[in-house]
Amino acid sequence: MSEPWEDEPEGPVRKFMYVNRRAPYGTIYALESLEVVLIAAAFEQDVSLVFMDDGVYQIKKGQNTDAIGVKNFSPTYRALEGYDVEKLYVERESLESRGMTTDDLVVPVQLVDKDQLAELMEEQEVILSF
Amino acid sequence: MKLSILVNEGPYQHQSADSAIQFTKAALARGHEIFRVFFYHDGVNNGTRFAVPPQDDRNITAQWTALAEEHNLDLVVCIAAAQRRGILDENEAKRQGKDGNNIAPGFRISGLGQLIEAGIQSDRLVIFGD
Repeated sequence: MSEPWEDEPEGPVRKFMYVNRRAPYGTIYALESLEVVLIAAAFEQDVSLVFMDDGVYQIKKGQNTDAIGVKNFSPTYRALEGYDVEKLYVERESLESRGMTTDDLVVPVQLVDKDQLAELMEEQEVILSF
Repeated sequence: MKLSILVNEGPYQHQSADSAIQFTKAALARGHEIFRVFFYHDGVNNGTRFAVPPQDDRNITAQWTALAEEHNLDLVVCIAAAQRRGILDENEAKRQGKDGNNIAPGFRISGLGQLIEAGIQSDRLVIFGD
């Protein structure tokens, strides 16, 4: 039986962008942002995800959280494709300034510089920043 | 214009709840429609009736409740975020085997789908938080 909050609303497809700007651990924003993205996938909107600033660490390979006693949720990003969430953007400046390349990431992404990202944001209808 | 509001931070700790209340009042005074106010992350703590701020301080939850009564607002607390933080209504308390509930009048607990629906149905989703 479906719960009342699982009812999908009628409505047009809109362009949703989720902007992840924070490190994966230390605060709950990254984890709860991912929860929004997973629920939102059921609504079949035009979804894109951005990783910038410390948010690029959310999708870094080789995370091990054993010593801090919290769940390593980075494998979940690899499941996004199965939810038809396929537009993943990483801001080039954020990645490079942290000494990383796309080889360091758990998912395939499209690298965009900050001007391209600004243009992408301009196209959106709903932007959620976490 | 049809607006929805997202509150991402807890009351008192952060100004976002106060700003959201002030914005909501100003928008209503200008004749805009508030489709929904959604509380996420620590923002769910706006919805507890058990908070007792000092008498010479504002009572943020009471302000929301009064605003909801006056303007028939839909104040929705995210169920997943609420469960982590101990915000319960009667149904949830029963479902989770807890000995009481603390949701304030005018608030209801529901799912993240309500946030996505607000993004789809509203002209603007206005976000208060860091």
